[in-house]
Amino acid sequence: MRLKMVLTMIMGLTFSFSAMAVSSPDEMLPDHHQEKRAELIGSKLRCLVCQNESIEESNAELAKDLRKIVRQHVAAGESDHQIMEWMVARYGNFIRLKPPFNKLTLLLWGMPFLALIFSGMFIWNLIIRRPSPQTPLDEKEKHRIAELIKDE
Amino acid sequence: MKSITRRRLLWSVPFATAAVAGGGFWAMLSGLKSGKFDPHEINTPLLNRPIPEFHLDVQPPGMVFNPIILRQINKPILLNFFASWCIPCLLEMENLQKLSSQIDIWGIAYKDKPENAENFLQRNGNPYRYLGNDLKGSVGIEWGISGVPESFLIMPGGMIRWHYPNPLGEAAIHQIHSLLRKS
Repeated sequence: MRLKMVLTMIMGLTFSFSAMAVSSPDEMLPDHHQEKRAELIGSKLRCLVCQNESIEESNAELAKDLRKIVRQHVAAGESDHQIMEWMVARYGNFIRLKPPFNKLTLLLWGMPFLALIFSGMFIWNLIIRRPSPQTPLDEKEKHRIAELIKDE
Repeated sequence: MKSITRRRLLWSVPFATAAVAGGGFWAMLSGLKSGKFDPHEINTPLLNRPIPEFHLDVQPPGMVFNPIILRQINKPILLNFFASWCIPCLLEMENLQKLSSQIDIWGIAYKDKPENAENFLQRNGNPYRYLGNDLKGSVGIEWGISGVPESFLIMPGGMIRWHYPNPLGEAAIHQIHSLLRKS
């Protein structure tokens, strides 16, 4: 019984996070499929006023205007790529919450792979390439030990 | 012996990484402090590009303009987005008045009712040679502005030479003067 309650609470939390669009009903497109697409595009665009929120999450006036524009373009039948390009032409790559892959962002995108390679090398060295087990004593060493013990 | 040097080399990797990252962070923080680096800055892609297309409504008491008129200028002008509801715009007015004797300033009232913008100009002085109204903010989006005031320096032929997304202060006016000298 208690488990069920906890589960419900977790579910509630998850859903409250996923329900991010602040679009009031009058902002939304009548076509459910188009509205979903507009929300997805909007969630990839940075609100330039609050900067770490997407235009779907932000309540700033500019975000509201940009949401409207995204919906107009979606309704006009433009592709996601075309809408993104329209935004980038006006606000630069900064408006993309996900930076594009180019010369400038090479290190940014490559960092996880670099980290994986370096940590892999480190672990390989630590675990796989352990120093080889001790070789048994040769005749000379055995002789020397025997002598040392004899002296005791 | 060989494996020991290898081991040392491998151990130095995390330290080297930390050192490089530390250096990077130091550069970033010192840039933030001196104002050379601003992560919030919106670098407009319009710089050194022709002006965008836009349509303005009439804004009394000035004459309205359009991209065709703007492209026909034969000396640099300053385009300034303002609004009567914007306090930094009010603070900027004094500097704009002073600047208007040296360069023509064209104004766009952003998301402002024409009568409110007109009252604002009557009360605080009108430094603008041409005026337009952008009630819906769509012209602002064409120009990639994120708020008011923002200013653009436009060269003959309609090339955007400079963008400033803040109220014009001493430093900005200095930048305008040096750009005007170069042109």
